[in-house]
Amino acid sequence: MSAASTKEQEVLAFERPKVMAERATHYCPGCHHGVAHRLVAELLTEMELVEKTICVTAIGCSVFLYNYLLVDSVEAPHGRAPAVATGVKRARPDNFVLTYQGDGDLASIGLAEIMHCANRGERVSVVFVNNTVYGMTGGQMAPTTLIGQKTTTCPGGRCREREGMPIKMAEIIAGLGGTVFSARAALNNVKNIRQAKKFLKTAFEVQTKGLGFGFVELLSACPTNWKMNPVKANQRIETEMIPYFPLGIYKDLSNEGGVC
Amino acid sequence: MTKNERKFLKGNEAVAHGALAAGCRCFFGYPITPQNDIPEFMSKAMVDAGGEFVQAESEVAAANMLLGAGACGIRAMTSSSSPGVSLKQEAISYMAGSEIPAVIVNMNRGGPGLGDIGPSQGDYYQSTRGGGHGDYRTLVLAPGTVQEAFDLTMLAFDLAFKYRNPVLVLGDAIIGQMKEPVAMRPAVKVSKAEGRSWRLEGKGTRKPRIIKSLFLDDGALAGQNRHLQEKYEAMRDEIMAEEFQVKDAELVVVAYGSIGRIAKTTVRKLRAKGKKVGLFRPITLFPFPDAALARLAKAGKKFLTIEHNLGQMVDDVRLAVRAHADSGFFGVYPGDMPSPEDFEEPILKALRRKK
Repeated sequence: MSAASTKEQEVLAFERPKVMAERATHYCPGCHHGVAHRLVAELLTEMELVEKTICVTAIGCSVFLYNYLLVDSVEAPHGRAPAVATGVKRARPDNFVLTYQGDGDLASIGLAEIMHCANRGERVSVVFVNNTVYGMTGGQMAPTTLIGQKTTTCPGGRCREREGMPIKMAEIIAGLGGTVFSARAALNNVKNIRQAKKFLKTAFEVQTKGLGFGFVELLSACPTNWKMNPVKANQRIETEMIPYFPLGIYKDLSNEGGVC
Repeated sequence: MTKNERKFLKGNEAVAHGALAAGCRCFFGYPITPQNDIPEFMSKAMVDAGGEFVQAESEVAAANMLLGAGACGIRAMTSSSSPGVSLKQEAISYMAGSEIPAVIVNMNRGGPGLGDIGPSQGDYYQSTRGGGHGDYRTLVLAPGTVQEAFDLTMLAFDLAFKYRNPVLVLGDAIIGQMKEPVAMRPAVKVSKAEGRSWRLEGKGTRKPRIIKSLFLDDGALAGQNRHLQEKYEAMRDEIMAEEFQVKDAELVVVAYGSIGRIAKTTVRKLRAKGKKVGLFRPITLFPFPDAALARLAKAGKKFLTIEHNLGQMVDDVRLAVRAHADSGFFGVYPGDMPSPEDFEEPILKALRRKK
């Protein structure tokens, strides 16, 4: 076979979505933000939403999403991204509005904002990255920290009597009246990543069809603050996180015309 | 609206009408006395005008909704009263840092803490010093009549977009709750191009825009703060104040908002008795009309600052006149309701003062 005919048979299976900046991310090795960013970028491209997207970036490591995702963006204070997104969507109902928040941001300081945004049925999409720890601030306890998990502010391990139980956001959001889609996926292996993309797509469609509020929780690794290598961190998602935070769809009214 | 139409309005209603006439199309609020007439009016007016009204889950959320709408270049507003405005400070700091235009109305009530629902001017420091964290300022407009509540709210939107900065309208429970005839002004037609060079609307085919207040690179935050300071300096072009019978006055009373108006009545009464007193009423509290006060000080006037608090604006008055004079201070305690008669004795006493 000649070199030329080999070239003709070459099929490009995987390329950088143009909406992603051509630069290395600042995330630690083994962190799943890069995977989550990539899924969002692929979907915005495939769903032809890039030009009309306004992204609300939140707090913690992921605030720099706007450095990697080349769409119009506004930065929200701690926990307030759903309120900012509400303002954006009300001001520009024809735009696609996305928030991207971590667990400290969404499940602790911003719990009121996310619940009311969902309950109002705001036509926005929320990507919730749950790695059971405050990452950027140095590994403190989060509302999602598992029982027994050691962090810098629960050095003896999270204890139910002292700190209460980890919050299950996908289930809570599913219980609210304006939510059309709420699901939880994980980013620790290819199968789960494919499921995550599927869930994100439905959440995005819920918005583009004007049906209501869409929410996807993504179980993610923080090897640095878990003090594990990336492989062990992926295993931890499987053996410790998924049993407490089960994967799947908790609410899906997208085939029933939403809540509106 | 017919030409020269006049309406009999409460101050709160005048604020709401002013916002509507200025092209405000998004209102985000949370109920608190004594400003509830504003969200109540806007809940219908915004929808009728093809805009949006959201009763937020908290003042915090309302101010952050404002941040989102402002970043999109839409004329938007929130209103509240003192404890609620404290909760809005987080977003106000972020809006100042990210250069997002917005209008925030504070119908000041008594404090600190839950205080009462009566009038006070206890939020002067909070309003003029930034209020939230970081080095920033907001333009502060202080209406002294219901007409001004209408006019200054309209103006607030223009200034917010001119400077890409939050603008505060600082009234109090007196201004908010009293009724006066208001000469209505025709609604402005907001240019579709307003904010076109920076607003978020989806990138389309251009490069993406980021509206943010985080600046981590070496020197970047210093640069942003330098830029903001230059902007605050440029705001001096907007300085406004009312001078009433100050020309031949030996004593100038300095008072703003509803207290300025009550003091004006006292000044009139004392003038009728031949006393050489006048009134200086700052209308912009930031930037403060210091140059005009300095000129009066240089001309040899004495000063008495009257406020409905325990002494806040008097600091600015003293800074303005310090090269030539000092200012006396008479404070009405939050929780007490002053009358023009209450100011007579303090003014006469200040008039007798040597300097």
